[in-house]
Amino acid sequence: MTSDTRLSDSIIIDIENITKDYVMGEEIVHALRGVSLQIHSNEYLAIMGPSGSGKSTLMNMLGCLDTPSSGRYEFNGRDVSSMTDDELASIRNREIGFVFQTFNLLPRADSLRNVELPLIYAGMDPETRRERAAHVLREVGLDDRLHHKPNELSGGQRQRVAIARALVNDPSIILADEPTGNLDSKTGDEIMTLFENLYQRGHTIILVTHEADIANHARRTVRLRDGLIESDDGGFGGIDNLPVEDPLPANATVY
Amino acid sequence: MKRFLYELSESWKIAVAQMRSNKTRSTLTALGVVIGIVAVTLMGTAIGGIQVGFDKSMAIFGDDVLYVSQWPWKRVDDWWNYRDRKKIKTEYAEPINRIIAATPNSNLVIAVPTSSLLRSVKNGQSEVSNVLIRGTVSDYLITSTFDFKEGRFFNDVESRGGANVCVIGYDVADALFPSESPIEKSVLINGQPFRVVGVISRQGTFLGLFSLDSIVVMPLPAFQKYFSAKSDSDVLVKVKDKTRLAEARDELTGVMRRVRGLPPEKKDDFSINEQQALKSTLDPIKNSIAIAGLFITGLSLFVGAIGIMNITFVSVKERTREIGTRKALGARRRTILLQFLIESASLCLLGGFIGLGVAYVMCTGIGQAFPSFPIQFSLGLVLVSMAVSILTGLFSGFAPAWSASRLDPVAALRYE
Repeated sequence: MTSDTRLSDSIIIDIENITKDYVMGEEIVHALRGVSLQIHSNEYLAIMGPSGSGKSTLMNMLGCLDTPSSGRYEFNGRDVSSMTDDELASIRNREIGFVFQTFNLLPRADSLRNVELPLIYAGMDPETRRERAAHVLREVGLDDRLHHKPNELSGGQRQRVAIARALVNDPSIILADEPTGNLDSKTGDEIMTLFENLYQRGHTIILVTHEADIANHARRTVRLRDGLIESDDGGFGGIDNLPVEDPLPANATVY
Repeated sequence: MKRFLYELSESWKIAVAQMRSNKTRSTLTALGVVIGIVAVTLMGTAIGGIQVGFDKSMAIFGDDVLYVSQWPWKRVDDWWNYRDRKKIKTEYAEPINRIIAATPNSNLVIAVPTSSLLRSVKNGQSEVSNVLIRGTVSDYLITSTFDFKEGRFFNDVESRGGANVCVIGYDVADALFPSESPIEKSVLINGQPFRVVGVISRQGTFLGLFSLDSIVVMPLPAFQKYFSAKSDSDVLVKVKDKTRLAEARDELTGVMRRVRGLPPEKKDDFSINEQQALKSTLDPIKNSIAIAGLFITGLSLFVGAIGIMNITFVSVKERTREIGTRKALGARRRTILLQFLIESASLCLLGGFIGLGVAYVMCTGIGQAFPSFPIQFSLGLVLVSMAVSILTGLFSGFAPAWSASRLDPVAALRYE
């Protein structure tokens, strides 16, 4: 994972005209009404939108937690829409690192065991996975917290553990759902710096958020409304799509 | 395969952590299984004990001896057909033995007459009542299975002469001569003194109903002299080869018909009994007791299993988000299924271990309090109990584990 090689021409996620319908009681909810999106390797993408816009549904699709009602989804060239539950589990295990708003750490397991979990499901032997987990925890700055349980860690530290867990299987994408939603702004900034570093080192990051100043860390912003893509700045600034009251100074400074 | 082992060890760790963090709940749930396993194990022990006692009691009759009696050893619906039969007389033994001796290649060895009734036996102030007094001949030893604690059986001369000698059972010796050897001492039966020449070693009880050690055996002429009235007589016939019992039986039937002088058109007016017939009469009773007992105690284990199932459902519900997280991180259906199955199975196994321990202590206690009750606590029983607990766990954990494995990861992650 060398820092300067940008494989921007390789497409990781290629979705075309996907829809997702839910049956809620008597009504059919059209959560996604035909979304097309391509995400390349080493992109830093934010998916934005108000609640009910379908961004959570899209995130579940991208994360292979759910399959579309119609449309095509290719992940690294493999058709995901027709995969079985166990095949999806295997994709999630090897290709996707999840970071949740509520951290979702196992409460009774220490940091090391939490980070090890994806490696257990990948079938890695105990010594190697312990080494890997410890290594990744050091990378996120938790050298001295390997054997702490989540309730012995601060919110920021917990999210770092969760990020380490997302990184440990060396996934194709990191999918973060409101990663700073449960953190104060200072800790949130630290986490965003961590994401920035990961991006700089070649990772592909997809942020799902409704906060513009969090989305501003990303290089590309996709806005959803009513199950459709409202705007996609395509990674070129896209100033016309930004909210007027919240211009984007951060976007310019990073490059 | 390796991956499966890692998942297995991971599931085991989760199960242990889960039990430790919910101590009260786990203990209470396991208690249901403990009670179930204790009940089933104790019942198994009791059935094993009954079986051993049964076999031991049956052995008293000998598996190579035929009994010529008035009544068959089974329930009869037409008892009036048997009531008016002529009594079996001890005198039959002599002609039977003559016929056996005259028959080439006879399947029979020897016929021994016995005659018995119940009387009290005294020594000074001590008295034992309801003792089985049996008159027989010295050849009785051939048809019997007992050993002597001390002394000997009466000999041929004493037997024929009807000497006032006797052999006494363990219980009689114990009651009348608690602190001395009864050999060459006298006991009083019906006011008549009999000199003790031997003490039979302990025989135990017959099906736990009555003692086989409350017995006095004496020469037949002496018995007839003092107790002939109201006694019941049998003729015991030893068989040469117990694998050819049926032929021996047919032969003895023919012999008895000759002795009784029955014309061919008349039915037998005697019964020839054997241990096997008694066994086949009592076996169904014994088996239905065992099945009923195991079924009833099995119910308590079933209740325990329902407790485990319930708590596993609760556990799945509580940890829905955890299941969602695990699925997001790549846990497959099998992994989740395994996790909850192992959790319920190990809870049951824990209950099984404790239950077995409790049952063992209780068995030992019962064994010490009632030495006569045959207790059988075998390795087989331990293994069966362990297997039953694991199966109970898998059975009761399956439905909740299955529902957990089918959870939709999106819904599970969003579950509050």
